[in-house]
Amino acid sequence: MAATPTSATPTSKYMTEGEVGLGVALMVGALLCALASARAVDAPFSIHMAVFALAALAGLVTILRRYGARPAAPPRQEIDGKPNYNLGPIKFATVAAMAWGIAGFSVGCIIAFQLWAPSLNLGLEYTSFGRLRPLHTSAVIFAFGGNVLIGTSFYVVQRTCRARLAGELAPWFVVLGYNLFIVVAGTGYLMGVTQSKEYAEPEWYADLWLTVVWVTYLLVFLATLRKRTEPHIFVANWFYLAFIVTIAMLHIVNNLAMPVSFLGSKSYPMFAGVQDALIQWWYGHNAVGFFLTAGFLAIMYYFVPKRAERPIYSYRLSIIHFWALIFMYIWAGPHHLHYTALPDWAQTLGMTFSIMLWMPSWGGMINGLMTLSGAWDKLRTDPVLRFMVVSLAFYGMATFEGPMMAIKAVNSLSHYTDWTIGHVHSGALGWVAYISFGALYCLVPWLWNRRELYSLKLVEWHFWISTLGIVLYITSMWVAGIMQGLMWRAYNALGFLEYSFVETVEAMQPYYLVRALGGVLFLTGALIMAYNLAMTIAGKTAAESDPLPADGALPGTAGLAPAE
Amino acid sequence: MATAQAGLWKRHEVFEKNSIILLLGALLVVAIGGLVEITPLFYLKSTVETVEGVRPYTPLELAGRNIYIREGCYLCHSQMIRPMRDEVERYGHFSLAAESMYDHPFQWGSKRTGPDLARVGGKYSDQWHREHLKDPRAVVPASIMPAYAFLDRPIDADAIADDLKANRALGVPYTDEMVALARSDLKAQLDPDGPATADLQRRYPGVSVRDFGGDKARIAEIDALVAYLQVLGTMVDFKIYEDKKNLR
Repeated sequence: MAATPTSATPTSKYMTEGEVGLGVALMVGALLCALASARAVDAPFSIHMAVFALAALAGLVTILRRYGARPAAPPRQEIDGKPNYNLGPIKFATVAAMAWGIAGFSVGCIIAFQLWAPSLNLGLEYTSFGRLRPLHTSAVIFAFGGNVLIGTSFYVVQRTCRARLAGELAPWFVVLGYNLFIVVAGTGYLMGVTQSKEYAEPEWYADLWLTVVWVTYLLVFLATLRKRTEPHIFVANWFYLAFIVTIAMLHIVNNLAMPVSFLGSKSYPMFAGVQDALIQWWYGHNAVGFFLTAGFLAIMYYFVPKRAERPIYSYRLSIIHFWALIFMYIWAGPHHLHYTALPDWAQTLGMTFSIMLWMPSWGGMINGLMTLSGAWDKLRTDPVLRFMVVSLAFYGMATFEGPMMAIKAVNSLSHYTDWTIGHVHSGALGWVAYISFGALYCLVPWLWNRRELYSLKLVEWHFWISTLGIVLYITSMWVAGIMQGLMWRAYNALGFLEYSFVETVEAMQPYYLVRALGGVLFLTGALIMAYNLAMTIAGKTAAESDPLPADGALPGTAGLAPAE
Repeated sequence: MATAQAGLWKRHEVFEKNSIILLLGALLVVAIGGLVEITPLFYLKSTVETVEGVRPYTPLELAGRNIYIREGCYLCHSQMIRPMRDEVERYGHFSLAAESMYDHPFQWGSKRTGPDLARVGGKYSDQWHREHLKDPRAVVPASIMPAYAFLDRPIDADAIADDLKANRALGVPYTDEMVALARSDLKAQLDPDGPATADLQRRYPGVSVRDFGGDKARIAEIDALVAYLQVLGTMVDFKIYEDKKNLR
């Protein structure tokens, strides 16, 4: 097999190049950040540099303590002919995903109630809607979704390559560095640090840090692919790879900016007006396309077949699906700018590709759903698989609704309204969160070597409570959004606008309440899930009166599943 | 390998068996769309209209704009009027690309929880804005906007010249004089009886000079924010604007 370092002869212990290199880098980084913190021109920058300095110090201490505790030889690549998988960083990302998920859903509920009762803004700058809203979006997309993606990708790439993750410190650097970015971004929003580009709000220094982390992520992923012992790269890894490299491209271009001072938080984005608008939505729509779609399709391509114990429906469809999806998604950004000062040709091009995008999207959905051929009965008994299948149904629904809303005539009504918010959440709650829940429910018993989840009954509760929440959310926003759009354009018999703007605001109130209650249900489901996962990690099994599968052995939950 | 029986599907193996080729292939495929859609916006002259009146923001307006961004106003208010009958009637002439050509970053927005603000300048009095920001429901009972009473604190704009410099580095035509006098210009815009008013109006044609915050004793964040709101959409005079000249 591959060159396996043996630890048969006790060697003298020395630090690896990685330990020395990263240790020195952290030391220098801590010093520079401490200096920047002391000389900062504004308070948020000073606080953030102190956070960076402390994190670097903590990293340095951890490396030294780890060195003291570890054996002289590096971890073996294989044990008894089986790859010695590196699960530590994945466990961290899994727990972080659950914690951030609950934080993000909670902030979502708060801002939903703020729209219903504005006194909940409390009159404080730190708790006003405008600062909490980016906190919500970043917490759910980047903190929850990002940790799910990093965790699952590190798991899937090892399993499907039959190889230990490349690097020893690098995967930890990616996971911890990414979560540090989240902390800096989130606290920044509360302090009013934002460059106001939706889903790319963090300022220049946080962006630079994310770039370092993300490039390391790409290198770890790529290096693991290169040391694989399987001849083929599994389809899930194509999607992960495309997601990682495209996000790198989008992040770098959209965040090009000129800092006012290298000791301050404020910067001005490089592009202006119409060019800035298109670059932002080229980024924004492909944050949806690659972060929230390609990455989670990778999860689908591994976890659905695994849980259903069926091969992927069509390998050829996955090839077409992959290339068509990544090619077409990039063009769709201008549909966020219909009827604006963006030139018509760009709008039309964006609309055309958005409509075409319907096909590869449904290709992926069909490939996922049809994987259940011959295993549909499992939906009755396995709520984890049901989460994933329902996520595909929501994916199909959202990827039909999206192209429809990208048609200019439809968009003229839907744009600027809550219909958009509803559409986003049918994708985010129904697709992204549900496939993530399914993956986490699979992953936790695998990672902690438990036979199965603490309680499948609680998974059932989670499923039905959150589904009800999503239904309340989406339907209320459909009604609200379409009503809003129609009221804005309504004329009375004398040819005057029928409604003043504030009348349309008033009309939203009942729907905003229903939406907020839907969000509370969704959050409740997530809390049940967190409890269930915590008990699973603790090694407990609930005494359930009617265990769902009669034979006791649930598919895909066996402790050490053989490599694919 | 590549025998006659090896069809198209077989050829795909080159991607499946080589991670670098897969990476480069994916990168190439995702680069195309952006290149085709975005690059022409930088060289096609018709992208941004030729109009008179659009000037860089004054230091006070720029400081106000930064507060607008800091508080996330763009999350509920668009600044982009679409050319539909009801929008033009409700908000005014549809927005031109030229009107945001110095906006780093753009503030077109994506949601109208509140009304569009592209032409809110001059629509309400300064006092209305002050009271509305302090307690929106005192002025508009059904409003759901957060209260921004904390904006009456002193503004931190001592380094506003650096902001102008950063914008100039990105292509906004601030002159050396504008940068050098940025701090005093910020104060001068609040003092119509001051000696610098005429000079300020020469540097920034059409600028409104008055005490936006309603309290001469201090320069507060509310001064800057109201100055910014009051300039929105007022730079182009649509009575003399010839849209025929800009037919695309």
